[in-house]
Amino acid sequence: MDKLEPRDAQDLCDIVANASQTGRKLEIQGGGSKAAMGAPRDATVVSLAALTGVVDYDPAELVLTVRPGTPLCEVEALVAAQDQMLAFEPFDHGPLFANELGATTIGGVVAAGVAGSRRVTAGGARDHLLGFTSVSGRGEIFVGGAKVVKNVTGYDLPKLFAGSWGRLGAMTELTLKVLPRPRMTVTMAAYGLDPRAAHAAMACALGSNADVSAAAHLARGITLLRVAGFAPSVEARCEGLPGLVREHCALHRLDGAEATDLWREAATGAGLRGEVLWRVHLQPARAPDLIARLEPLQPQWSLDWGGGLVWLALDSHGTQVRDAAIALGGEATLVRSPEAMRRTVSIFQPRAGGVAALEERVRRAFDPAGVFETGRFLGEAHADQLRA
Amino acid sequence: MSIAMPLPDAQTLAKRVSIVAAMRAIVPGEGVIDNPDALRPYESDGLTAYRQPPMLVVLPETVEQVSAVLRWCHAENVKVVPRGSGTSLSGGALPLADAVLLGMGKFKRVIEIDYADRVAVVQPGVTNLAITQAVENRGFYYAPDPSSQIACSIGGNVAENSGGVHCLKYGLTTNNVLGVELVLMDGEVVRLGGRHLDTSGLDLLGVIVGSEGLLGVVTEVTVRILPRPEAARAVLVGFPDAELAGACVAQVIAEGIIPAGMEMMDRPAIHAAEAFVNVGYPLDVGALLIVEVDGPVAECNYLIEEIARIANENGAVTSRISRDEQERLAFWAGRKAAFPAVGRISPDYYCMDGTIPRRRLPDVLRQMEQLSEKYGLGVANVFHAGDGNLHPLILYDANKPGELDRAEQFGNDILRLCVAVGGVLTGEHGVGIEKRDLMPAMFSETDLKQQQRVKCAFDPGLLLNPGKVFPTLHRCAELGRVHVHHGKLPFPELPRF
Repeated sequence: MDKLEPRDAQDLCDIVANASQTGRKLEIQGGGSKAAMGAPRDATVVSLAALTGVVDYDPAELVLTVRPGTPLCEVEALVAAQDQMLAFEPFDHGPLFANELGATTIGGVVAAGVAGSRRVTAGGARDHLLGFTSVSGRGEIFVGGAKVVKNVTGYDLPKLFAGSWGRLGAMTELTLKVLPRPRMTVTMAAYGLDPRAAHAAMACALGSNADVSAAAHLARGITLLRVAGFAPSVEARCEGLPGLVREHCALHRLDGAEATDLWREAATGAGLRGEVLWRVHLQPARAPDLIARLEPLQPQWSLDWGGGLVWLALDSHGTQVRDAAIALGGEATLVRSPEAMRRTVSIFQPRAGGVAALEERVRRAFDPAGVFETGRFLGEAHADQLRA
Repeated sequence: MSIAMPLPDAQTLAKRVSIVAAMRAIVPGEGVIDNPDALRPYESDGLTAYRQPPMLVVLPETVEQVSAVLRWCHAENVKVVPRGSGTSLSGGALPLADAVLLGMGKFKRVIEIDYADRVAVVQPGVTNLAITQAVENRGFYYAPDPSSQIACSIGGNVAENSGGVHCLKYGLTTNNVLGVELVLMDGEVVRLGGRHLDTSGLDLLGVIVGSEGLLGVVTEVTVRILPRPEAARAVLVGFPDAELAGACVAQVIAEGIIPAGMEMMDRPAIHAAEAFVNVGYPLDVGALLIVEVDGPVAECNYLIEEIARIANENGAVTSRISRDEQERLAFWAGRKAAFPAVGRISPDYYCMDGTIPRRRLPDVLRQMEQLSEKYGLGVANVFHAGDGNLHPLILYDANKPGELDRAEQFGNDILRLCVAVGGVLTGEHGVGIEKRDLMPAMFSETDLKQQQRVKCAFDPGLLLNPGKVFPTLHRCAELGRVHVHHGKLPFPELPRF
């Protein structure tokens, strides 16, 4: 694959205009940490790695404007220095593909809608992208949203761009909502619960007024509940939480380092062994059913988001996980798999007919010539079909 | 009265009788209203300066009826204006003379509540407050709380992406909706999102919320419900001026506190409110802050003292922490009565809704005073201080010739000022017709055309709620063209890369 590195938005306009003329397909890339996701494709990579740096950051406004190629770790360090955080807890996919940590960019995690354990209470990338500047598939620079935390002026295009995987445009600037970092975080753990009991315990905790900010469960029988905030509040809630969930389990306080590792495992699917890695989003109460259905395949698994996210690793190259997810009203995303499997199985679960057609029309609204339709997501290489 | 609506289509008006008959065939009984007297209650929404009786009103009761109505109107090229409870402050539900007004008020059922996974599935005509009432006996509530919450419907909240005083901490509607069932203009029924988070593929749900009834008609909504916080406490703080109050707000946030609510009032608003409800607001201050925290008792007790400390460090001249629930509610009573209180000191008022970066507050207030002098109209300010959302109330008398026009011009200048300092035209009320013609102050022609192409993806005939949000109606075919100048492209070989 050839690779272009535009220096600014105007370069991007030129690249897109040229591609729409020549029929060349463009793959917008941040750090490339998720490049191994999706079908093999023949596209020109447009790396945004040169578009880096902070444009504006005023901690008291809770707003950060940054260029897309800025490494995620730099953004996290910047806001951490002001005792703030990206509350959707994006993470680096590198280790899932046996790559080093550090390549992931802020543009990449937002464009892929990556969110960690706090997603269940604090929202995802979609909830924290306030505004952007982008170059569309028409080769035009335009903005969506704005640079303030509260805005309903015009369509909420940032929602569309978060999780769009570079199929609507190349973002050249992102404005994100940042939030104060909890001054203290404690993890309370329960041991020995099966998936159904774990869901019940997590549901009870998340539905209590102990203000639990995250809840996860590892297959080896460790259930994690996170209590974060100001110290007097955290101490009081940690004292009250065992009583609130006593019908379900006993709780033990974990030390910080051990807890950090366990949360990373639950949020990122790292540590699950298997050639094929899926993530399933579904109604939390159905997570135990999903695991029960798939038991014959002996997957390794973990739960996050109170059960609303199930990571599954296994060696089967079939689509049993997606079939089970569909049967339970959820959605399965194929994160990691051998190339042969990626040629035939879309990483995204196909959507119902009417929604798929609507989605295609929306993509066409930004990318009429299909410049960004590389075939990576299968089933949407409409431009290719037209040419064939 | 400076905002013009599209000219009615003579052909549509001429076939009104057959349209009524067709609607009666779909929605039997009293669900179709065509009597001029009975149409009158529908002639405006919360933006009462603008009135237009609809061609007819249709009140469907099932999704099949909604689908059939839209399919028929689509085929016959008849415009449709959706309406929830009609509380929009921006004219989002203003009828058109040549359009069917589609009222969703009969969709009043709470369909399902799932406490374990903390979601409620409701029909769009259920009021915002009714969702909370349906779940509160189990200790839950629905967080967004627009001030019209006893009347406004959740379907309308979805259309407008409604906020409220608690949205700095709990988010707007969009952050609390998980899924919708939606009928497109051609009658197709689609489901977007659901009971799980983060659907793969484009986040179409995200663009539906806040689309002001231009993209589809919502027939079912799935929302997140939250456990009711254990406690809430508030502190009432007076400052000599808004600058010091603003510095206090900034420091509260910089110290890591996200209050549940943080409201500011200026001197005219304080005096109007106190005269109305007598809750003991200090009258010798230039700005009043109400800061509320909620959560576990221990957290509230800790944070409220911290906030009082920060207030004192920033020059507070009065400070009272609520000792009990009664006192907390008294603090709020004045703020919540601010609009009717202003209504007592002025025959009419016009409520604006811009958002600014908070650091620009002193500057914006100063310029607003100058504008007040220029237009010869008073202004009282209430302000969601935490998120920079201003609600200037412009005082005028509609019976005095020219005052409404002057009030509108004053308001437009305030909104242009908001945009000029890096803010936006509307923080929570929506564009509707009210700010439609100001959109070019915030967005370029390219930006607006790109948004309109999204409209075209949902409603290529531009039949759904036309005349709202966008100042210029472009035909979709025109928007679809790609312009290539003389067949040449810049840098064909891209040697620079």
